[in-house]
Amino acid sequence: MEFLSNVINGISLGSIYAIIALGYTMVYGIAKMLNFAHGDVIMVGAYVCFFMTSRYDMPVVVGILLSMFVCTVLGIVIERLAYKPLRQATSLAVLITAIGMSYFLQNAAQLLWTSNPKVFKSVVGDGGIQIAEGLYVSHVTLVTIAVCVIIMIGLTIFTGKTKMGKAMRACSEDKGAAQLMGINVNTTISITFAIGSALAAIAGVLLCSAYPNLVPTTGSMPGIKAFTAAVFGGIGSIPGALIGGVLLGIIEIFAKAYISTEISDAIVFAVLIVVLLVKPTGLLGKKISEKV
Amino acid sequence: MKGKKTLNKTSKNNFITMGGLLLVYVIVLILKEGGITTNLINGQLVPICAYMIMAISLNLTVGILGELSLGHAGFMSVGAFGGVFVGTLMQEVSDSKVLCLLVAVIAGGLMAAVAGLLIGVPVLRLRGDYLAIVTLAFGQIIKSIVNILYVGLDSEGLHVSFIEKCEVLDDGKLIISGAMGATGIRKLSTFTFAFIVLVVCLIVIFNLIQSRTGRAIMALRDNRIAAESVGINVTKYKLLVFSISAAMAGMAGTVFAYNYSTVAPTKFDFNTSILVLVFVVLGGLGSIRGSLIAAALLTLLPELLREFSDYRMLVYAIVLILVMLGTNNPKIRDFFAKMFARKKTAKEENANG
Amino acid sequence: MKKMKKVVCLGLISAMMLSAFAGCGKKDSGSDVIRIGGTGPLTGDASVYGQAAKRGAEIAVEEINALGGLQFELNYQDDTHDTEKAVNAYNVLKDWDVQISLGSVTTNPCIATAAETYADRIFALTPSASSTDVTKGKDNMFQMCFADPNQGSASAQYINDKQLGTKIAIIYKNDDAYSTGIYETFMDKAAALGINVVSTTTFNTDSQNDFSVQLNDAKNAGADLVFLPMYYQAAALILDQAKKMNYAPKFFGVDGMDGILTLEGFDTTLAEGVMLLTPFSADATDEKTVNFVTKYQEKHNEIPNQFAADAYDCVYAIYEACKKGEVTADMSAEEICDIMIAQFTTMSFDGLTGAGMTWGTNGEVTKAPKGMVIQNGVYVGLD
Repeated sequence: MEFLSNVINGISLGSIYAIIALGYTMVYGIAKMLNFAHGDVIMVGAYVCFFMTSRYDMPVVVGILLSMFVCTVLGIVIERLAYKPLRQATSLAVLITAIGMSYFLQNAAQLLWTSNPKVFKSVVGDGGIQIAEGLYVSHVTLVTIAVCVIIMIGLTIFTGKTKMGKAMRACSEDKGAAQLMGINVNTTISITFAIGSALAAIAGVLLCSAYPNLVPTTGSMPGIKAFTAAVFGGIGSIPGALIGGVLLGIIEIFAKAYISTEISDAIVFAVLIVVLLVKPTGLLGKKISEKV
Repeated sequence: MKGKKTLNKTSKNNFITMGGLLLVYVIVLILKEGGITTNLINGQLVPICAYMIMAISLNLTVGILGELSLGHAGFMSVGAFGGVFVGTLMQEVSDSKVLCLLVAVIAGGLMAAVAGLLIGVPVLRLRGDYLAIVTLAFGQIIKSIVNILYVGLDSEGLHVSFIEKCEVLDDGKLIISGAMGATGIRKLSTFTFAFIVLVVCLIVIFNLIQSRTGRAIMALRDNRIAAESVGINVTKYKLLVFSISAAMAGMAGTVFAYNYSTVAPTKFDFNTSILVLVFVVLGGLGSIRGSLIAAALLTLLPELLREFSDYRMLVYAIVLILVMLGTNNPKIRDFFAKMFARKKTAKEENANG
Repeated sequence: MKKMKKVVCLGLISAMMLSAFAGCGKKDSGSDVIRIGGTGPLTGDASVYGQAAKRGAEIAVEEINALGGLQFELNYQDDTHDTEKAVNAYNVLKDWDVQISLGSVTTNPCIATAAETYADRIFALTPSASSTDVTKGKDNMFQMCFADPNQGSASAQYINDKQLGTKIAIIYKNDDAYSTGIYETFMDKAAALGINVVSTTTFNTDSQNDFSVQLNDAKNAGADLVFLPMYYQAAALILDQAKKMNYAPKFFGVDGMDGILTLEGFDTTLAEGVMLLTPFSADATDEKTVNFVTKYQEKHNEIPNQFAADAYDCVYAIYEACKKGEVTADMSAEEICDIMIAQFTTMSFDGLTGAGMTWGTNGEVTKAPKGMVIQNGVYVGLD
């Protein structure tokens, strides 16, 4: 029973990583950049939802929708102001700008909302289900896993069937050719950022519902872990983000439960290194054959 | 003819960098001895030297070899704790401060070089962002391990343990104490010593870049497959760069640690790795002089922004973004390109006339 | 054009240098004011502690200056909870000719600045850096808070004396000096007293969200009391997750737990029955505390935590010592340092965080920890 409960906890933690990892992986797939500010968009999303539901007593749905809206706008604004002018620049220059953006968001949040921690009220309430003796699953865990699955299915349909989704895939394959086929590359990239940021808002709300400690740096560590998950699964691949995230969550919980809480992080990263040594482009990453 | 000319030009450039650095050193030393510089500046001299070493060593990996590394602070950590450990042992043997520090720095460098070799192995299979994530992972692993490492020294000898604190007799002390890091370090680092380490590192890097080895490394960066096809040994050169770069970061770590009475493992986290990467990118990939200047300015900048008090880190972030946007703006680039073009034509005219 | 570029570069560099040296000129802020300085994390993720200490000290300085007589000037510099930045911040204070130091708010930075104040012979009294490494071997470094060993062994003693639990679980933060310090002394004392510790688990800064494994471990080991030597943010998460997994042991905290009731959005019913040892509670009804809490709330719209109270006490303790030792503003830092050491090792001080505090020559404070239990959302004395 202890084992099962650890598995469920792992999947739940991993689902959050997976939703965040989706943001990284979609942006990477199309813009070929690591958006380090993504973790901080999560934090902004959580704060917006917190203020709406706890301070102004609005219904949870309004809080979530508003936080998605704010994050979407924020994502587009960040892309337009900081990343778009650098489209021709080296990937390292974009990386540093993204890091600068991450510092900016964290410090702005600290000035606006102080670093006094806020306790986020779970959007699905407390409580849970006693499945069996010694196996208790909270509502948040169930909702997190369910939301993750829904998002995954939705995104797969979106990128596979809709025109916009196809445009996205075209852009990630070859921007020049996509443009020649009449796809507006800039709009497509902006929409990718918008979707990624909206997902970040959902991730933020779920993250803080499960772990209700809200500070300006809330997003940074889950951000790094989710980035790791994205690479783990093969960056640029949507199912890869899901598998990477869930595996990372399970490994983390198992390392804590069965080896040692002290070095669980070291174990997570060691497993990552071993996996990458066996599969150098992640679990589902594309094999790129090099041409001279 | 042409090859010789460019070589001379880089040599000249290197001499200018070295000369400029020496000049700055002398000026700062005079100002410091004259009591003109503030305590704030005096206190930052050693860390600035350490960050300069960090920046040029990372530039070797990122700029010259062309592999992104996100875990450079891990080597600094190995160097800091390894150096403090050996330095403390040396104190038992010798009273000479300089000897103590010297042995510590060399030991810190060697230990970090070994860590660099360890990381170099996966480097051979991975590329790009996957490599970057592995270096990030190594940085995190080093941090986690130092966090649970306890090393004690007493009359019965050395005690090493993980997770649980090791028992140390009353006549001894814990050199490295888990999350607390190393405390009670004697402050041995001086500006002159840090500067000498910096100059040694610079000489090594300049000679490396200009040598046959350096050209092979840059060939790997520019086109790996072509370089391989002319018989350049990828494994050898990549491992070489990783271990040299790590050794220098380790030396910087020791110098840094010996400037403070305490150093904690959390100091060398992901943020520090990123900080050093910012120095390198802002100074210009492959430009040693740029790294030096960027490291000095960006270390001073947050201190100079103290007047903004609560807003200073916000201002720092904005400055960072604006500088990146500015240096990559095509219009500003064109402006500089034109400037250099004019300079060149003017020179050629002079040469012809 | 080439010249242009050079001129621009030179201009930039000289501007930076000028601003760097601008601090050079000695500040003539009048010789009738004693300059007190401290460093603390005013930005970054630990800034909640630094800001609180700064605000607490500010209120004390305002009150003292309003009394007439001795006048203080306070300067708090940001150290972002980092040893390197702490030394920089301290150097800024030195450039400002600081006469008495409030050390640093957090432990690791304070170990670094304590070495500096010791070398420079500036008296330092830290509000909240609790490790013994802070004061070890330094005659001019004093603490206002309990040293970690006191907290750890006092907690073990308390749990043993009151028979609060038979099987104890401990969760601590293994990359935090404060938390590990208390854990180690707790374990030593627990072994001496024969307390049955059934589960010990840790977390760190990178994994301080998910406590399911730690709580599962405690639950499966059948622990009926969980000892939480940590700050209140993590403790709030643990209480929340324990409830989510239907686990309801007794929880026992340390002074870092104070502040949990004032967390915005915290469901105080979660903390029902939580016990903690703390020297300060914002709900106390004595005149001093009420005065301090109202002033703090008026200014900052927040309820002060123990960091604010400790810093407030620090300024008042320095004030008392200055009065008794007849310190005047024109004395050098070194002269003041000797007087302060003499005063602190002999005086007894009543403040917000305890009555009849005394200091030993090792710089550690002696004050009685108060056992508190949370009932209906307020602290109630546990005796």
